[in-house]
Amino acid sequence: MEQGQDGAELAPELHELFAGFLGISVMGFGGVLPWARRMIVEQRRWLTGPEFTDLLALCQFLPGPNIVNVSVALGSRFRGVPGALAALIGLLAAPMVIVTGLGGLYNQFGQDPVVRRAFEGLASAASGLVVAMACRIAWPIRARWGPVMVACTTFGAIAVLRLPLLPTLLVLAPCSILLLRRSAV
Amino acid sequence: MRNDLGWLALIYAQMSLLAVGGVASVLPEMQRQVVDARGWMSPAEFAALFALAQAAPGPNMMVSTLVGWRVAGAPGALVATLGMIGPSSVLTWATTHVWNRFRHAAWRQKVQAGLVPLTIGLVMASAALLTASTTHGWLPGVITAATAAATLGTRVHPLLLLGAGALLGVASGG
Repeated sequence: MEQGQDGAELAPELHELFAGFLGISVMGFGGVLPWARRMIVEQRRWLTGPEFTDLLALCQFLPGPNIVNVSVALGSRFRGVPGALAALIGLLAAPMVIVTGLGGLYNQFGQDPVVRRAFEGLASAASGLVVAMACRIAWPIRARWGPVMVACTTFGAIAVLRLPLLPTLLVLAPCSILLLRRSAV
Repeated sequence: MRNDLGWLALIYAQMSLLAVGGVASVLPEMQRQVVDARGWMSPAEFAALFALAQAAPGPNMMVSTLVGWRVAGAPGALVATLGMIGPSSVLTWATTHVWNRFRHAAWRQKVQAGLVPLTIGLVMASAALLTASTTHGWLPGVITAATAAATLGTRVHPLLLLGAGALLGVASGG
Protein backbone atom coordinates (compact mmCIF):
# COMPACT_ATOMS: atom_id res chain seq x y z
CA MET A 1 0.00 0.00 0.00
CA GLU A 2 2.87 2.34 0.74
CA GLN A 3 3.78 1.92 -2.91
CA GLY A 4 0.33 3.12 -3.90
CA GLN A 5 0.84 6.30 -1.91
CA ASP A 6 4.33 6.81 -3.27
CA GLY A 7 2.96 6.39 -6.73
CA ALA A 8 -0.08 8.60 -6.13
CA GLU A 9 1.54 11.76 -7.41
CA LEU A 10 2.99 9.84 -10.33
CA ALA A 11 -0.09 7.71 -11.01
CA PRO A 12 -0.62 7.90 -14.77
CA GLU A 13 -3.91 9.02 -16.31
CA LEU A 14 -5.86 6.68 -18.57
CA HIS A 15 -4.63 8.40 -21.72
CA GLU A 16 -1.04 8.14 -20.50
CA LEU A 17 -1.41 4.40 -19.92
CA PHE A 18 -2.86 4.07 -23.41
CA ALA A 19 -0.12 6.18 -25.02
CA GLY A 20 2.70 4.46 -23.11
CA PHE A 21 1.74 0.99 -24.25
CA LEU A 22 0.87 2.18 -27.76
CA GLY A 23 4.39 3.59 -28.03
CA ILE A 24 6.17 0.37 -27.10
CA SER A 25 3.77 -1.89 -29.04
CA VAL A 26 4.94 -0.62 -32.41
CA MET A 27 8.64 -0.59 -31.47
CA GLY A 28 8.88 -4.17 -30.33
CA PHE A 29 9.99 -6.52 -33.07
CA GLY A 30 10.17 -10.09 -31.85
CA GLY A 31 8.65 -9.17 -28.50
CA VAL A 32 7.73 -6.05 -26.58
CA LEU A 33 8.91 -7.00 -23.10
CA PRO A 34 12.45 -5.50 -23.34
CA TRP A 35 10.92 -2.13 -24.28
CA ALA A 36 8.38 -2.29 -21.47
CA ARG A 37 11.01 -1.93 -18.77
CA ARG A 38 12.59 1.05 -20.49
CA MET A 39 9.25 2.84 -20.85
CA ILE A 40 7.82 2.00 -17.42
CA VAL A 41 10.93 2.42 -15.28
CA GLU A 42 13.31 4.77 -17.09
CA GLN A 43 11.19 7.01 -19.27
CA ARG A 44 7.84 7.42 -17.52
CA ARG A 45 8.95 6.38 -14.01
CA TRP A 46 5.69 4.71 -13.15
CA LEU A 47 7.57 2.05 -11.15
CA THR A 48 11.01 1.70 -9.61
CA GLY A 49 13.32 -1.02 -10.93
CA PRO A 50 12.60 -3.47 -8.10
CA GLU A 51 8.84 -2.81 -8.35
CA PHE A 52 8.98 -3.64 -12.04
CA THR A 53 10.97 -6.82 -11.43
CA ASP A 54 8.39 -7.87 -8.86
CA LEU A 55 5.52 -7.16 -11.25
CA LEU A 56 7.29 -9.05 -14.02
CA ALA A 57 7.81 -12.08 -11.78
CA LEU A 58 4.05 -12.20 -11.19
CA CYS A 59 3.28 -11.78 -14.88
CA GLN A 60 5.69 -14.54 -15.89
CA PHE A 61 4.35 -16.82 -13.18
CA LEU A 62 0.75 -16.46 -14.42
CA PRO A 63 -0.31 -18.08 -17.71
CA GLY A 64 -0.90 -16.01 -20.83
CA PRO A 65 1.18 -13.61 -22.93
CA ASN A 66 3.63 -11.98 -20.46
CA ILE A 67 3.49 -8.46 -21.85
CA VAL A 68 -0.32 -8.56 -21.89
CA ASN A 69 -0.25 -9.53 -18.22
CA VAL A 70 2.14 -6.63 -17.53
CA SER A 71 -0.24 -4.14 -19.15
CA VAL A 72 -3.23 -5.49 -17.19
CA ALA A 73 -1.39 -5.60 -13.86
CA LEU A 74 0.07 -2.11 -14.26
CA GLY A 75 -3.12 -0.52 -15.56
CA SER A 76 -5.28 -1.98 -12.81
CA ARG A 77 -2.75 -1.06 -10.15
CA PHE A 78 -3.02 2.64 -11.01
CA ARG A 79 -6.54 3.03 -12.42
CA GLY A 80 -8.49 -0.16 -11.74
CA VAL A 81 -10.38 -1.91 -14.53
CA PRO A 82 -10.50 1.17 -16.83
CA GLY A 83 -6.72 1.47 -16.44
CA ALA A 84 -6.21 -2.17 -17.35
CA LEU A 85 -8.39 -1.74 -20.45
CA ALA A 86 -6.62 1.47 -21.49
CA ALA A 87 -3.19 -0.20 -21.26
CA LEU A 88 -4.40 -3.35 -22.99
CA ILE A 89 -6.05 -1.54 -25.89
CA GLY A 90 -2.98 0.67 -26.27
CA LEU A 91 -0.79 -2.43 -26.44
CA LEU A 92 -2.87 -4.37 -28.97
CA ALA A 93 -4.62 -1.89 -31.28
CA ALA A 94 -1.75 -0.95 -33.58
CA PRO A 95 -0.14 -4.41 -33.86
CA MET A 96 -3.53 -5.94 -34.71
CA VAL A 97 -4.06 -3.50 -37.55
CA ILE A 98 -0.49 -3.95 -38.85
CA VAL A 99 -0.49 -7.74 -38.65
CA THR A 100 -3.85 -8.17 -40.39
CA GLY A 101 -2.70 -5.71 -43.06
CA LEU A 102 0.38 -7.85 -43.66
CA GLY A 103 -1.87 -10.91 -43.68
CA GLY A 104 -3.96 -9.29 -46.41
CA LEU A 105 -0.86 -8.66 -48.51
CA TYR A 106 0.23 -12.25 -48.00
CA ASN A 107 -3.19 -13.46 -49.11
CA GLN A 108 -3.09 -11.35 -52.22
CA PHE A 109 0.49 -12.06 -53.28
CA GLY A 110 1.19 -15.33 -51.48
CA GLN A 111 0.73 -17.36 -54.66
CA ASP A 112 3.44 -15.46 -56.50
CA PRO A 113 6.50 -17.76 -56.66
CA VAL A 114 8.97 -15.07 -55.56
CA VAL A 115 6.80 -14.00 -52.61
CA ARG A 116 6.28 -17.65 -51.69
CA ARG A 117 10.03 -18.30 -51.61
CA ALA A 118 10.56 -15.13 -49.57
CA PHE A 119 8.01 -16.39 -47.06
CA GLU A 120 9.62 -19.81 -46.88
CA GLY A 121 12.94 -18.16 -46.10
CA LEU A 122 11.28 -15.86 -43.58
CA ALA A 123 9.53 -18.81 -41.91
CA SER A 124 12.83 -20.74 -41.67
CA ALA A 125 14.48 -17.75 -40.01
CA ALA A 126 11.52 -17.39 -37.62
CA SER A 127 11.99 -21.04 -36.64
CA GLY A 128 15.63 -20.24 -35.97
CA LEU A 129 14.61 -17.48 -33.53
CA VAL A 130 12.54 -20.00 -31.55
CA VAL A 131 15.40 -22.54 -31.63
CA ALA A 132 17.68 -19.84 -30.17
CA MET A 133 15.11 -19.02 -27.50
CA ALA A 134 14.85 -22.71 -26.55
CA CYS A 135 18.66 -22.97 -26.26
CA ARG A 136 18.86 -19.80 -24.19
CA ILE A 137 16.27 -20.81 -21.60
CA ALA A 138 17.46 -24.43 -21.45
CA TRP A 139 21.13 -23.52 -20.83
CA PRO A 140 20.82 -22.63 -17.10
CA ILE A 141 19.29 -26.01 -16.17
CA ARG A 142 21.67 -28.18 -18.22
CA ALA A 143 23.57 -29.64 -15.27
CA ARG A 144 20.59 -30.42 -13.03
CA TRP A 145 19.12 -33.83 -13.75
CA GLY A 146 15.67 -33.17 -12.22
CA PRO A 147 14.71 -30.18 -14.37
CA VAL A 148 16.39 -31.76 -17.43
CA MET A 149 14.27 -34.89 -16.98
CA VAL A 150 11.08 -32.84 -16.69
CA ALA A 151 11.96 -30.73 -19.73
CA CYS A 152 12.77 -33.83 -21.82
CA THR A 153 9.57 -35.60 -20.74
CA THR A 154 7.52 -32.53 -21.68
CA PHE A 155 9.34 -32.29 -25.00
CA GLY A 156 8.70 -35.97 -25.73
CA ALA A 157 5.02 -35.77 -24.84
CA ILE A 158 4.36 -32.70 -26.99
CA ALA A 159 6.82 -32.91 -29.90
CA VAL A 160 7.22 -36.68 -30.33
CA LEU A 161 3.96 -38.20 -29.10
CA ARG A 162 1.96 -35.08 -30.09
CA LEU A 163 -0.22 -35.34 -26.98
CA PRO A 164 -2.75 -32.57 -26.30
CA LEU A 165 -1.41 -29.86 -23.99
CA LEU A 166 -4.19 -29.74 -21.38
CA PRO A 167 -3.97 -33.36 -20.12
CA THR A 168 -0.17 -33.27 -20.49
CA LEU A 169 0.11 -30.23 -18.22
CA LEU A 170 -2.47 -31.59 -15.76
CA VAL A 171 -0.29 -34.68 -15.29
CA LEU A 172 3.22 -33.21 -15.61
CA ALA A 173 2.81 -29.97 -13.63
CA PRO A 174 1.94 -31.62 -10.29
CA CYS A 175 4.63 -34.30 -10.84
CA SER A 176 7.24 -31.65 -11.63
CA ILE A 177 6.32 -29.50 -8.63
CA LEU A 178 6.51 -32.51 -6.31
CA LEU A 179 9.76 -33.76 -7.82
CA LEU A 180 11.50 -30.38 -7.77
CA ARG A 181 10.09 -28.93 -4.54
CA ARG A 182 13.50 -29.17 -2.90
CA SER A 183 15.28 -27.30 -5.65
CA ALA A 184 13.29 -24.10 -5.05
CA VAL A 185 15.54 -21.28 -3.92
CA MET B 1 -18.57 -19.34 -39.99
CA ARG B 2 -20.33 -18.97 -36.64
CA ASN B 3 -19.14 -22.45 -35.87
CA ASP B 4 -15.55 -21.42 -36.65
CA LEU B 5 -15.84 -18.39 -34.36
CA GLY B 6 -17.07 -20.62 -31.56
CA TRP B 7 -14.14 -22.97 -32.04
CA LEU B 8 -11.67 -20.08 -32.19
CA ALA B 9 -13.01 -18.70 -28.90
CA LEU B 10 -12.88 -22.10 -27.25
CA ILE B 11 -9.40 -23.03 -28.53
CA TYR B 12 -7.77 -19.71 -27.66
CA ALA B 13 -9.47 -19.30 -24.29
CA GLN B 14 -8.04 -22.70 -23.38
CA MET B 15 -4.58 -21.75 -24.63
CA SER B 16 -4.68 -18.49 -22.71
CA LEU B 17 -4.73 -20.44 -19.45
CA LEU B 18 -2.25 -23.09 -20.63
CA ALA B 19 0.43 -20.64 -21.79
CA VAL B 20 2.78 -21.12 -18.85
CA GLY B 21 5.85 -18.99 -19.48
CA GLY B 22 4.28 -17.20 -22.45
CA VAL B 23 2.94 -17.79 -25.94
CA ALA B 24 5.93 -19.80 -27.24
CA SER B 25 4.85 -22.62 -24.90
CA VAL B 26 1.54 -23.15 -26.67
CA LEU B 27 2.70 -23.05 -30.30
CA PRO B 28 2.65 -26.87 -30.68
CA GLU B 29 -0.86 -26.99 -29.21
CA MET B 30 -1.94 -24.13 -31.48
CA GLN B 31 -0.57 -26.01 -34.48
CA ARG B 32 -2.20 -29.26 -33.33
CA GLN B 33 -5.61 -27.62 -32.92
CA VAL B 34 -5.52 -25.42 -36.01
CA VAL B 35 -3.83 -27.82 -38.45
CA ASP B 36 -4.57 -31.36 -37.23
CA ALA B 37 -7.80 -31.11 -35.26
CA ARG B 38 -9.73 -28.42 -37.18
CA GLY B 39 -7.97 -28.72 -40.54
CA TRP B 40 -8.09 -24.95 -41.08
CA MET B 41 -4.69 -24.79 -42.80
CA SER B 42 -1.54 -26.74 -43.71
CA PRO B 43 1.52 -26.90 -41.42
CA ALA B 44 3.43 -24.74 -43.92
CA GLU B 45 0.70 -22.10 -43.85
CA PHE B 46 0.72 -22.08 -40.06
CA ALA B 47 4.50 -21.59 -40.14
CA ALA B 48 4.08 -18.72 -42.62
CA LEU B 49 1.53 -17.00 -40.37
CA PHE B 50 3.84 -17.43 -37.39
CA ALA B 51 6.70 -15.94 -39.40
CA LEU B 52 4.51 -13.02 -40.41
CA ALA B 53 3.61 -12.37 -36.77
CA GLN B 54 7.31 -12.46 -35.85
CA ALA B 55 8.22 -10.03 -38.63
CA ALA B 56 5.54 -7.53 -37.59
CA PRO B 57 5.98 -5.26 -34.58
CA GLY B 58 4.03 -6.16 -31.46
CA PRO B 59 3.64 -8.90 -28.88
CA ASN B 60 4.41 -12.49 -29.91
CA MET B 61 0.77 -13.42 -29.35
CA MET B 62 -0.17 -11.71 -32.65
CA VAL B 63 0.06 -15.16 -34.25
CA SER B 64 -3.33 -15.87 -32.66
CA THR B 65 -4.78 -12.71 -34.26
CA LEU B 66 -3.48 -13.82 -37.66
CA VAL B 67 -4.80 -17.36 -37.33
CA GLY B 68 -8.23 -16.00 -36.36
CA TRP B 69 -8.12 -13.59 -39.27
CA ARG B 70 -7.15 -16.35 -41.72
CA VAL B 71 -9.97 -18.59 -40.46
CA ALA B 72 -12.85 -16.11 -40.19
CA GLY B 73 -11.75 -12.63 -41.29
CA ALA B 74 -11.90 -9.60 -39.01
CA PRO B 75 -14.42 -11.17 -36.57
CA GLY B 76 -12.12 -14.18 -36.33
CA ALA B 77 -9.11 -11.97 -35.60
CA LEU B 78 -11.03 -10.25 -32.82
CA VAL B 79 -12.41 -13.46 -31.32
CA ALA B 80 -9.03 -15.25 -31.33
CA THR B 81 -7.27 -12.23 -29.81
CA LEU B 82 -9.88 -11.80 -27.08
CA GLY B 83 -9.80 -15.53 -26.41
CA MET B 84 -6.01 -15.48 -26.07
CA ILE B 85 -5.92 -12.51 -23.69
CA GLY B 86 -9.29 -12.77 -21.89
CA PRO B 87 -8.97 -15.56 -19.33
CA SER B 88 -5.32 -14.84 -18.47
CA SER B 89 -6.02 -11.10 -18.12
CA VAL B 90 -8.90 -11.72 -15.71
CA LEU B 91 -6.63 -14.03 -13.74
CA THR B 92 -3.84 -11.42 -13.69
CA TRP B 93 -6.26 -8.70 -12.64
CA ALA B 94 -7.61 -10.85 -9.81
CA THR B 95 -4.14 -11.91 -8.69
CA THR B 96 -2.56 -8.45 -8.53
CA HIS B 97 -4.88 -7.72 -5.61
CA VAL B 98 -3.67 -10.63 -3.52
CA TRP B 99 -0.10 -10.87 -4.85
CA ASN B 100 1.55 -9.03 -1.98
CA ARG B 101 0.12 -11.58 0.41
CA PHE B 102 1.86 -14.53 -1.17
CA ARG B 103 4.76 -13.29 -3.26
CA HIS B 104 7.28 -14.58 -0.72
CA ALA B 105 5.27 -17.67 0.18
CA ALA B 106 7.28 -20.88 0.01
CA TRP B 107 4.62 -22.68 -2.02
CA ARG B 108 4.76 -20.06 -4.76
CA GLN B 109 8.49 -20.57 -5.20
CA LYS B 110 8.01 -24.33 -5.26
CA VAL B 111 5.31 -24.05 -7.92
CA GLN B 112 7.56 -21.79 -9.95
CA ALA B 113 10.54 -24.14 -9.63
CA GLY B 114 8.32 -26.92 -10.97
CA LEU B 115 6.92 -24.89 -13.86
CA VAL B 116 10.21 -23.55 -15.25
CA PRO B 117 11.44 -26.87 -16.70
CA LEU B 118 7.94 -27.51 -18.13
CA THR B 119 8.15 -24.20 -19.96
CA ILE B 120 11.60 -25.13 -21.24
CA GLY B 121 10.32 -28.46 -22.57
CA LEU B 122 7.38 -26.72 -24.23
CA VAL B 123 9.56 -24.11 -25.96
CA MET B 124 11.93 -26.88 -27.10
CA ALA B 125 8.90 -28.66 -28.58
CA SER B 126 7.82 -25.43 -30.30
CA ALA B 127 11.28 -25.08 -31.82
CA ALA B 128 11.34 -28.68 -33.05
CA LEU B 129 7.84 -28.67 -34.54
CA LEU B 130 8.20 -25.27 -36.20
CA THR B 131 11.54 -26.29 -37.69
CA ALA B 132 10.04 -29.54 -38.94
CA SER B 133 7.24 -27.68 -40.70
CA THR B 134 9.55 -25.13 -42.34
CA THR B 135 12.40 -27.43 -43.38
CA HIS B 136 11.95 -28.78 -46.89
CA GLY B 137 15.40 -29.49 -48.27
CA TRP B 138 18.78 -28.27 -47.12
CA LEU B 139 18.52 -24.50 -47.60
CA PRO B 140 15.68 -23.89 -45.11
CA GLY B 141 17.59 -26.00 -42.60
CA VAL B 142 20.70 -23.89 -43.13
CA ILE B 143 18.68 -20.66 -42.73
CA THR B 144 17.17 -21.92 -39.46
CA ALA B 145 20.52 -23.06 -38.07
CA ALA B 146 22.31 -19.86 -39.14
CA THR B 147 19.57 -17.66 -37.64
CA ALA B 148 19.69 -19.56 -34.36
CA ALA B 149 23.51 -19.35 -34.25
CA ALA B 150 23.53 -15.63 -35.10
CA THR B 151 20.91 -14.92 -32.43
CA LEU B 152 22.88 -16.76 -29.78
CA GLY B 153 26.36 -15.65 -30.81
CA THR B 154 25.93 -12.06 -31.97
CA ARG B 155 23.84 -8.97 -31.25
CA VAL B 156 22.35 -8.72 -34.72
CA HIS B 157 18.79 -7.38 -34.66
CA PRO B 158 16.23 -10.19 -35.16
CA LEU B 159 14.49 -8.19 -37.89
CA LEU B 160 17.71 -8.19 -39.95
CA LEU B 161 17.94 -11.97 -39.58
CA LEU B 162 14.33 -12.39 -40.72
CA GLY B 163 15.06 -10.13 -43.70
CA ALA B 164 18.18 -12.11 -44.56
CA GLY B 165 16.14 -15.32 -44.42
CA ALA B 166 13.56 -13.89 -46.82
CA LEU B 167 16.28 -12.72 -49.23
CA LEU B 168 18.00 -16.11 -49.18
CA GLY B 169 14.65 -17.73 -49.87
CA VAL B 170 14.11 -15.51 -52.92
CA ALA B 171 17.69 -16.00 -54.15
CA SER B 172 17.39 -19.78 -53.90
CA GLY B 173 14.86 -19.90 -56.72
CA GLY B 174 16.50 -17.25 -58.91
